[in-house]
Amino acid sequence: MTASPFLLPSFIGLLVFSLLPIVISFFLSLTDWNGLDRIAEAGFFEEHFIGLDNYKAILGGGEFWRVLLNTLKYIVLYIPLMLACSLSVAYLLSRERRGVTAFRIIYYIPVLTSWVAASMIWKSMLSPQYGAVNNLLALFGIDGPGWLLDENWAMPAIVLVSVWKDMGFFGLILLSGMVGINKSYYEAAALDGAGAWKRFWKITLPLMTPAIFYVLVVSLINAFQLFPQIMIMTDGGPNGATQVMVERIYKYGFRYYRMGYAAAFSWLLFIIIMLCTWLQMKGQKKWVNYDS
Amino acid sequence: MKKRLSAVLACCLALLMVLSACGSQESEPSAAPTAAESDPGTAPSAESSEEPAAEPVTITYCNFNSSGGNEETLQRMYEAFHEEYPNITVEIETIAIDDYFTQMQTRIVGGTAPDCFEMNIENFAAYANMGVLAPIEGVDLSGLDETALSAFTVDGVQYGLPGNFSNVVLIYNKDLFDQADLEYPTSDWTQDDVQAAAEAIRALGDDIYGYYQPLTYNEFYKACAQFGGSLLNEDRTEFTINSPENVAAAQMMADRVLVTNVQPTAEQMGGMGDWDLFMSGRLGMIPTGIWAFNTFAEGCDFAWDIAVEPGMEQKATHFFSNACVVNEASENKDAAMTWITWLCSSPTAAEIRIEAGWDLPAINDEEVLASYLDLTPPDNREAVFESLDYLVVPPVIEDYALMSDIIGQQLEAAAAGTVSVQEALDEAQAQCEAQITLG
Repeated sequence: MTASPFLLPSFIGLLVFSLLPIVISFFLSLTDWNGLDRIAEAGFFEEHFIGLDNYKAILGGGEFWRVLLNTLKYIVLYIPLMLACSLSVAYLLSRERRGVTAFRIIYYIPVLTSWVAASMIWKSMLSPQYGAVNNLLALFGIDGPGWLLDENWAMPAIVLVSVWKDMGFFGLILLSGMVGINKSYYEAAALDGAGAWKRFWKITLPLMTPAIFYVLVVSLINAFQLFPQIMIMTDGGPNGATQVMVERIYKYGFRYYRMGYAAAFSWLLFIIIMLCTWLQMKGQKKWVNYDS
Repeated sequence: MKKRLSAVLACCLALLMVLSACGSQESEPSAAPTAAESDPGTAPSAESSEEPAAEPVTITYCNFNSSGGNEETLQRMYEAFHEEYPNITVEIETIAIDDYFTQMQTRIVGGTAPDCFEMNIENFAAYANMGVLAPIEGVDLSGLDETALSAFTVDGVQYGLPGNFSNVVLIYNKDLFDQADLEYPTSDWTQDDVQAAAEAIRALGDDIYGYYQPLTYNEFYKACAQFGGSLLNEDRTEFTINSPENVAAAQMMADRVLVTNVQPTAEQMGGMGDWDLFMSGRLGMIPTGIWAFNTFAEGCDFAWDIAVEPGMEQKATHFFSNACVVNEASENKDAAMTWITWLCSSPTAAEIRIEAGWDLPAINDEEVLASYLDLTPPDNREAVFESLDYLVVPPVIEDYALMSDIIGQQLEAAAAGTVSVQEALDEAQAQCEAQITLG
């Protein structure tokens, strides 16, 4: 009760800018609202109500499944690579060497960079003929691909940029999990003759599982919501190879004036994310270790 | 210490809430007189007693086209307007195009849209069909170009006025034509002449190209018209995207990249812009907008000129225009229409626009337009006006953005060579039929 005056300001914000729109979007997903008609007017809902037609149209068409597949392609490439990179970053930064603080900052800088700026820079770096990346590859005699202009390479390119951007953040979380491990375990293991490799697999990794679990949940949700880098670097192209869920939702809502359809699309996205997160929560009992 | 801090914080917060509560209470009664002040009915009568001038009104006008360079030009136009119509005050708001339509959409739904605003051709029909635009009535439209006017009618009703327009001409590198020992393009040229010249120029060097016209939606619907085709049937009830004429048009464009390679592939371009390619002196011909003139005049260290864009069965060239429209929900429609009519058709506004090099005004007063011809390069500036005889207007339908994205995506696949032109257009036809209901 005493907390309520403190909670009130942020609760009002949450209510007005999150909870209400979520509820309203559900009702809108049952309409053919175009995004321009006044929805506050009387009789709006009766006039525009079309039941589950939006959902049927989305699930019945080929586009949803193609876009879902693109999103999954991203997830399958992104999550393992991101986890491997973040773990390496965390491991390197956990060692107390001179200058490690400087490196901690360097790895975190991409996280602080705005996606818009980062995407613009990467877009020019990935330019096939004039970009820095392919010119660097050419030094080693490698003929770089067309990256964002090539249907097969556009998604991997987006993954690489996303990993670059995110590994500092997730690396920091993993690092905190790593430095929180009691040193006496390592001393005991070293006495028993365990090498560095064995210590990492048998002590570090198991005791880090809560942090890894958190990273997996958050990064999966983020991956489903993949959006700014796509909009700036490829706009869904080439030939639809990087069209993903949120990109479609945005286009339907604000470019094609089919707000009801877009709302239904976003509810489907919500259900998918819920299901995945629920599965992860269920699955954690099998591998996450909470007794350190 | 901690306790005291939280007590202070709680006090501050409480104070803040009390203050904000007072503020909202205070602002309500004070809002009433402000509204009354701006209400024309009770406006100060000092002026109106001297002469029976119209009641002063303030309207709002939103635009994107002046953003990034011409904000001051628009302001100068308004100042000239305000001298003629001192009773109308226009509050101009300029928003960059990237955010413009998202903003307009939310504002219209929220009931805070400006009295009049600018629309591009892609979004115009959608807005008009949804009843958010007021029909333009009671103003003199005789000064405006008819083709341009016709682009902004829906079912015979005028919903917008062309504020500016631009078209496309064939720009060519004279030096490359000389090197290849070719005659310069004329207004009699067809796409076959283009192909022959492009091949001769391509032969000049490994990284020299003849022609650049990307297989995009915009270039495609124009090429269709040149081949005698179109995207919709005449009464706009059916899609005709994969008609034989259209396939021939797209095939020609794709072959220039994939077969004869007089036009660079995406990889040969390597992310370079098409204008940059031309300015680097490695491109023979490019059909592009007249807004390139200033950039090319500065950036090209070789001789260049323009010609009417070559056609095939017939000539066809692009017409781009933005409309000024009036908000159906506006309370000052008359004043808004007076302002946009002046902005679009008055000689004063047109002169300011030409002087600033900010597109062409869509007017039919040739005397005013004549000053545009004096500027060089290009020498053959008459081609800009000659092109007006061959304008094609984009096939504006309510779902324009969706249609152009579907077709654009299929063309991209055809340009990359992953599917044949016929397959791409068949697929575009099927998708448009499945997703769009034509009115």
